Amino acid sequence: MLSKRSLVGVRLNFHTLAVLFFILIGTQAFAVAQEVANSDEAVAAGKAVFNANCKTCHKLDQKMIGPALRGATDRQPADIVKSFIKNSQAVIASGNSYYSSLFKEYNNTVMVSHEFLTDEDLNNLLAYIENGDKVDPAAAAAASGAEGGEASAGGGIPNEYLTVILGVLVVVLLLILVVLGLIISVLTKYLTKQDLDEDDKEFVNQKTNLGKVFKSDMFVVIVTALVIALVAKTALDGLYSVGVQQGYAPTQPIAYSHALHAGTLEIECQYCHTGVEIGRSANIPSANICMNCHTHVQNVQGKEGVSPEIQKIYNAVDNNQPIEWVRVHNLPDLAYFNHSQHVVVGDIECQTCHGPIQEMEVVGQHSALTMGWCIDCHRQTEITTEGNAYYDKLVQIHSDSKDALKVKDIGGLECAKCHY
Amino acid sequence: MKENKKTYWKGLEQLNNDPEFVKNADREFPELPSTLNEEGSASRRDFLKVMGFSLAAASLAACEAPVRKMIPYVNKPVDINPSIPNYYASSYFSGGEYASVVVKTREGRPIKVDGNTLSPVTKGGTSAIVEASVLSLYDKARLTGPYVAGQKSDWATLDAEVASKLKSAGAIKLVTNTILSPSTEKAIQALSDSLGGIEVVTYDTSSAYGITRANEVYYGSAVLPTYKFDVAQTIVSFGADFLGTWIAPIEFSKQYASGRRVSKEKAEMSRHYQFESNLSLTGANADYRTPIKPSQSGLAVLGLYNLLAKKAGATAVSAPAVEVANLAKAAEDLWAKRGKSLVVSGSNDPNVQIIINAINELLGSNGSTIDLVKASNYKKGDDRAMNQFIADLAGGKVGGVIFYNCNPVYDHAQGEALGQNIAKAKVSVSTNLTLDETASLVQYVAPDHHYLESWNDFNPQVGEYSLSQPAISPLFETRQAQDSFLKWSGSTSNYYDFLQTNWQPLFAGQSESGNFQEFWDKALYNGFYSTSATTEGTTVTGSGDISSAAAAVTKTASAAGEGAELVIYQKIGLGDGTYANNPWLQEMSDPISKATWDNYLTVSQKWASENGVTMNEGETSKASITVNGKSLLVPILIQPGQAEGTFGLAVGYGRTKAGRVGNGIGVNAYSFLDITKGFVNTDITGVEVAATGDSYRIARTQTHQTFMGRENVIQEATLAEYQADASAGRYHPEIYKDGEFVKPSKISLWSGHQYSNHHWGLAIDMNSCIGCGACTVACQVENNVAVVGKQEVLNRREMAWIRIDRYYSSDAPADDLSGMEVAAQNPEVTFQPMMCQQCNNAPCETVCPVAATTHSTEGLNQMTYNRCIGTRYCANNCPYKVRRFNWFKYHDNKDFAGVNVAQNDDLGKMVLNPDVTVRARGVMEKCSMCVQRIQAGKLEAKREKRKVKDGDINVACAVACSTDALVFGDLNDANSRVSKMLKIKENTTSATKEVNEERAYHVLEEINVSPNIWYFTKIRNKDKNEA
Repeated sequence: MLSKRSLVGVRLNFHTLAVLFFILIGTQAFAVAQEVANSDEAVAAGKAVFNANCKTCHKLDQKMIGPALRGATDRQPADIVKSFIKNSQAVIASGNSYYSSLFKEYNNTVMVSHEFLTDEDLNNLLAYIENGDKVDPAAAAAASGAEGGEASAGGGIPNEYLTVILGVLVVVLLLILVVLGLIISVLTKYLTKQDLDEDDKEFVNQKTNLGKVFKSDMFVVIVTALVIALVAKTALDGLYSVGVQQGYAPTQPIAYSHALHAGTLEIECQYCHTGVEIGRSANIPSANICMNCHTHVQNVQGKEGVSPEIQKIYNAVDNNQPIEWVRVHNLPDLAYFNHSQHVVVGDIECQTCHGPIQEMEVVGQHSALTMGWCIDCHRQTEITTEGNAYYDKLVQIHSDSKDALKVKDIGGLECAKCHY
Repeated sequence: MKENKKTYWKGLEQLNNDPEFVKNADREFPELPSTLNEEGSASRRDFLKVMGFSLAAASLAACEAPVRKMIPYVNKPVDINPSIPNYYASSYFSGGEYASVVVKTREGRPIKVDGNTLSPVTKGGTSAIVEASVLSLYDKARLTGPYVAGQKSDWATLDAEVASKLKSAGAIKLVTNTILSPSTEKAIQALSDSLGGIEVVTYDTSSAYGITRANEVYYGSAVLPTYKFDVAQTIVSFGADFLGTWIAPIEFSKQYASGRRVSKEKAEMSRHYQFESNLSLTGANADYRTPIKPSQSGLAVLGLYNLLAKKAGATAVSAPAVEVANLAKAAEDLWAKRGKSLVVSGSNDPNVQIIINAINELLGSNGSTIDLVKASNYKKGDDRAMNQFIADLAGGKVGGVIFYNCNPVYDHAQGEALGQNIAKAKVSVSTNLTLDETASLVQYVAPDHHYLESWNDFNPQVGEYSLSQPAISPLFETRQAQDSFLKWSGSTSNYYDFLQTNWQPLFAGQSESGNFQEFWDKALYNGFYSTSATTEGTTVTGSGDISSAAAAVTKTASAAGEGAELVIYQKIGLGDGTYANNPWLQEMSDPISKATWDNYLTVSQKWASENGVTMNEGETSKASITVNGKSLLVPILIQPGQAEGTFGLAVGYGRTKAGRVGNGIGVNAYSFLDITKGFVNTDITGVEVAATGDSYRIARTQTHQTFMGRENVIQEATLAEYQADASAGRYHPEIYKDGEFVKPSKISLWSGHQYSNHHWGLAIDMNSCIGCGACTVACQVENNVAVVGKQEVLNRREMAWIRIDRYYSSDAPADDLSGMEVAAQNPEVTFQPMMCQQCNNAPCETVCPVAATTHSTEGLNQMTYNRCIGTRYCANNCPYKVRRFNWFKYHDNKDFAGVNVAQNDDLGKMVLNPDVTVRARGVMEKCSMCVQRIQAGKLEAKREKRKVKDGDINVACAVACSTDALVFGDLNDANSRVSKMLKIKENTTSATKEVNEERAYHVLEEINVSPNIWYFTKIRNKDKNEA
């Protein structure tokens, strides 16, 4: 009996070890991810800081009012860069030669101080400056491809990490299995050399009967549970994606290319989508707006004659027959969305929600347009309050808080902001 | 703390403590009939069926979403931007009711009609009918094109035939209701000139011929004066329902309310006496109301004249003495405030009106509270001419007849005879919008545009002009009637040009605008044009011998005798019945009776007791009423305040060709009107009423939401008490806690909200609220509230977000039933608008299992339909009973297509507000405080980078309120109107504000749900507190 108990003890110990092992690997994996200030979160947060504070004077890779920012931490130590951002005049006054010459180079233009930025903000900002929005077409394409392929809009741990962690887990578990098998064989060999009573002998010499295992209640229960869990997961995933049309890119009656108009020709979005700054709907342009240019532009790339696609506009105008575009972004009727709130008040780029529209030949739905997606953005987005008297009181009341004033802080998560 | 000794009750059922009522009173939802199976519970099979269906539905829903199209304009109009409303000033005039309005359109569709605050005439006021008129634009019953001999035709055919036939028709009459438009009159004149003379016969569905005739006799000019109820400090009305239906209630209610508004700074208000038979809206607001028989009304007027003549030293007229309570008191008050007093009468008898004129002359009202110079044009009907026309038509003396937007076959006393004789005219034409009772009998129907599709001008009062302009392209192949007249006259001009030509003299008479286009654009933008040129320096004086009038009045009164009398009236909702096909008006609960979808015979409690008639939860019986051999079978409604020996019956019902909604609802009372005296008389004598015992149910909203017997919902005081103590009548509940009594607000389970930016609140002055119900319809239009139909109202499932609770009151204690009986003869009435109170400690929020109703950071109680699973816990837990449950899918449901037209047929749906969700079955809904308007107002401020200005945002009910009883605003803004009204000085972000206005109180303060809606005590200008 004693040995039996000890046997159990040994097994338990192995379990503990395995668990410990797993925890170790896990923490290690996370520790590695934390080390580099290149995480997507940091870059995204940094971008927000950049857009709110730096954008008017700086670009990442181009001179503007101030110098191009990328590589700032290569040129000076990060700490000095941070204090320069906070209060540039103080750094110059301290006698930093690099910044003094920079100051002269830019005609003694004083950079406003940013004392309100927290250390975390600055770290994020530097992360963005060094790693954000790199102009790398291959990477951009790959990124958009990857994003397009995933329907998940849940947030939290990105999917690729999950896969890696799962893979590691499986490998670890297999290793444990092998180790356990080895231990069992070693122990069995050891035990057979001992003097054993009948019971123990029987126990030690028992053969694993696979058939019995398959037929055992435990096995059936486990397998059933697994199957049910799998089916439930699939069903739930399916249900969550009901009505989510991310990636939906229907063929339109006219093969209109945003890549050409918005990308190559750089026509402002607002030129055609006239409602975007004044109202709820952005408006699909009426044919008369197309005709502003297409009265003269009858074909593309210097071809002769009238392009068959452009001809469709002429037909619409001539026959007074409106063009029936296929609606790409279908928000449910129960949700109220107003473009002007986001574009004018929130100062959000069209691309934030609609993706790289200037590269799309056929427009597809870039974002999930789920409530979770909306809410996530409302949680993270800071409000541009400067110069807008509407927010004065809110800013004043919020000034005690060390966090930035975000949409969520002014009721941006409330039901009746969108549902009424 | 002053104990309020009055007992308030909402209906006789509650007063009598009827067991059925008591049983239902504590239940928010009536018991449901089981629909699943007979045993009353779901069987296993039913369960499986439902399960199977749900599964199938879920898998269907999982399929790919349907392809939706977006169709832009080919050529976008400059002014129209999708999702952005446009507003056009316009004017409404129908059935004698005029309002200058602003029409809100979305994507070119009118969706809401609001009052035009710039107008010097109506000053932004509207009524329920005006609010609802936008739905009539989308009425399916409207004609889609011209009809010839009952067949759809085309305009060319109709024009050719009408023009030629009219030329050879002989004597042509044009029958119309009052025409307020000078240009229309000119267009008719043009037609008349081309045809060698047309006689225009004008009649009104509610005639004021008595007044114009009396003024013709007394003052020498047949005008309808304008009245100034705001200037009048003593108002005496003999049966004139001037707040509800008499002449211009929108204007009068605004004036009346301003004269009744009290504050610490101005602790004075007018005193109002009402002598009437039916309990009217005006009577319900009076300080002293005396129920009298209509036959005695003339004598009472004479009695008042004699009382005043004695004081003035004028000669009295001989009249039999009549005992009328409060009459001597009224005379005292009138005399005390002479020069600032006003006496009006609703009687259409010119003789009575002559005496009224004499009284007002004695009091010096002419030129002060009555303006005969700046006369109004609302009623030009000539009852004698109309009677003559009907006789001529019967005698075959009429060659051709044109009915211009009027329906005399339905709404005239002789309608039936008229209808039979139309065929005697060689040619008959109608311009009516629908194939109604009259239009269906004529040869040619040339349907007019709806007023929202038309150009027109109006001249409501001398020197006041307004315009109406199309807010939408014509929906159908209709044509403006004036264009038809011009066309038939052979003119090639269209009415728009014609209109502008007619405004040239007005342009010439002013100096502000340099060119006509500028002048026209300005008038069109403002919706009106005023000129004082015509009225300056003129006065109308008159004095006549009134003895013959007095003799005639005496004769009429004595001839009336002792028998039962019937008073025919108009209801606030349906008016003259023109809009009977409008379900919003049909379902609007009557301010007094709280009945929907019916007319009925109002009887006194005494008559009911004598005849063994009882009423319980709308369960009543019918009576047969006979006048001059004509009998009608009508349901009985026991009406507290109904004068003994009198009955009331409303016109506007019993339409047979109104359309799907309005057909066959109630009975037509127009045929009872008496025209034998040369004027349309609504006071009918020689009436026989007999209870038949047939049972019937009237759908009333009255006793559905009770306050569980909690009595301090209404707080009131008399003026004298208020002058002595501003907090008179206030009830201050105290709760016992830790050895002492404390204010309820000191004890709370909640830590309290903080509203950092806005804190929306509403103040409701119960002294200003007259109970007209315009707000209820405005809310229905704004918020896409469903109409549920009579049966569902009977099931207590009406959907109104705002209701007006009407409380009768009496002095007797609750257990003294006989004492209450006395009070029921003539109770005091209080109106209390009731909607979601937007509680800061909302009981509904805590019980929702799915957090579908939550609190916002701006003090709003939010209702999220897409999250609601329909447990109805919230409604059960709401102390105000303002939550409504969607028992059915009311939209796109053929079972409701006949009543809920705004959410069922394609045409009706055009009226829906695109910014408000149409609720699905199984979810709760309630007043959102027009959150869509709040959001829109905030967005505009944000876009313009400024703070929200007070007045930028206003809720639909407050906008509609003619009396400014509802004031909405930001309680966090110390300078907002509502903050000033409530005297909130401290600028705090806390949800509980310190309100320093003594009159302001919360309904059910003791439960400390801390509403954001404040009520102001009702102040009555009475000597002492009495019933």
